[in-house]
This record gives sequence, C-alpha cells and structure tokens, in this order.
Amino acid sequence: MSAKQVPDINAFMQRIPYARFLGITVDQRGNEITTVMHFSETLIGNPVLPALHGGTIGAFLEITAIAQLAFEAGTGPLPKPIGLTIDYLRSGRPMDTYGRATITKQGRRVATVHAEAWQDDRSRPIAAAHGHFLLHPADEPAGS
Amino acid sequence: MAEKQITDEHIALMKDVLIQHVPHARALNMNVVNAKRNEAWLSVPYDERFIGNPETGVIHGGVITSLLDNACGIAVQLALPERLSIATLDLRLDYMKPATPKLDLTGHAHCYKVTKNIAFVRGTAYHTDENDPIATCVGTFMLAANRATPMPISPEAAAEAEAILKQNVDTSGGEKA
Repeated sequence: MSAKQVPDINAFMQRIPYARFLGITVDQRGNEITTVMHFSETLIGNPVLPALHGGTIGAFLEITAIAQLAFEAGTGPLPKPIGLTIDYLRSGRPMDTYGRATITKQGRRVATVHAEAWQDDRSRPIAAAHGHFLLHPADEPAGS
Repeated sequence: MAEKQITDEHIALMKDVLIQHVPHARALNMNVVNAKRNEAWLSVPYDERFIGNPETGVIHGGVITSLLDNACGIAVQLALPERLSIATLDLRLDYMKPATPKLDLTGHAHCYKVTKNIAFVRGTAYHTDENDPIATCVGTFMLAANRATPMPISPEAAAEAEAILKQNVDTSGGEKA
C-alpha cells in the first residue's frame, strides 16, 4: 500500500501571518487534524472573568475550517469565507483551545463547513460555527 | 425624553473604559473613533501581522470578526440602561469583498433593540464608505450574562463609566421582553 502524499497543514497554516499572531498550530495525526490556539494574554476579551475575546474564538473557528479545507481539498489557493455564523456556547477560559471541522458539503466552487472549539472537555464545546467558503475564487472573490 | 449629548470627553472615556481594558482589542490596536447612544465606530489600523493571505496581503476575516464583535459589544453597552455584563450569543458575518491591503478598517455597530435578556445588533466593516462594505454582521448578546462585574476592572474607571452611562443613556426606549 503506497502512502499517499499528505500535505503538511501546520506548515501551510504557518504561512498565514494572522494564524501566527493568534498562536494557532495544527496537530496532524493520520487522517485527522486538530487546530490548537495556544493561550496568551492577548487573546483575552474580558479580563474580569477572564474570558477569551469572542473575535478570537470566531477567527479560530474560521482558521480551523480553512485548515480542514486545505487538508481535504488541497493546499492550493486559500479558500475565501463567504459567510460564517458563530454560536457562542460557553465562555472561553484562559487556556488552550482546540478545534475540529467537518466539511458538510463540498461542491466545485463552494464548500459548507462546520467547526467546533473546545477546551478541556470535547463534549462541552465553547463555540461552534458553520460557514460557506469559496474554493477556487473567480475574478470577483469574497472576503479575506 | 431628550437624549443627552455624549461629548468628546465621554467618548474618550468610553474608549479608555471599553477598549483599554480589553487585551485583545489592544493587541489589534483597536480604537473607538466615534460613539453615541446605541452605536459605536471602531477602527483597526492595517498591520502585516493580521494578513490572512500572504500572496495578496489581504487582512484575515478573523480580524473583521474581532472588530465587529467588539463594536457590537460596545454598541450594546451604549444601549443599556445600566451597566451589565454581556456575552455574545451568536454572530453571523457575511463577507462582501476582500479588504484592500494597507487600508485601515472601520467597524460600525448599531444596537437596534434591547429586551430584558437579549440585545440585537448589526454592524458593517468598511474602509471609508459604509455603503461599500467589506463585511456585514448581525448578532445577539445575552444581558447579565455572568456574575462578574461588568468591565472595566478598575473600580475608579467603573464608577466613572457608570456615572457617564447613567447620565447619558436615555432609557425611555427600554423594552421588557
């Protein structure tokens, strides 16, 4: 059985300055990837609780979705987000956050992705998102 | 009931209170550029560290998420009759076009409805013309979301902000849901 060439998603994602800014790495095991947002003080949105900034969690879920798309659909041009809906389920505590995404549907131009983020308990996600991404952008691309 | 004017001084204080105590807003060099009852305008200057696509230099959508989430949160704070802790319940973002490299981002959020438990907000991210948006969002926030005292953390700043909000935020439009 010849091993299929597996792309190095962490290296691919480290090319993105903003992923580095948020301290996001990709843990790749076999045919699964888990994104990790390493805790840092700069991710805090509410210092009283303290809790992670909702924006960092949303950005993390978006990057998790992009990493999964790169993993499954290839490390070509970066997919562009069209829309993203984020549900905030629990406050993000000051610790590492993990993320996984599943591609619900992959069309030729658009992919639908669901992503979840959790911290110490996978069964208690802190946030979930679903979004649409443009895969091979035409001349009039969406954002990002 | 006449709406009292929020002066530049108040806005400067809001900026201090609502932004300077938020580490991630500071990390993004976020600024409150304008604020009034129910509404807030925030900006994030272009920064190469925020690039999402190294080939094009376009800012990552996540920066827009943080900008709009924060702008929405402030708009909610400016719509509340009293200081309450708030938490984002959901946020939907639609990306209309990529941000132009080297240009600063502005996020404008408007809290158009407050009920007993929930605040409803919408927002737009753009460079200079709000009618030419980069992204739009709609979101809901839970009010009195937790037992923590609302931001900010320093008691002096909290007292000051509370006084200003009490005197400036017209509660006549408040709803009971």
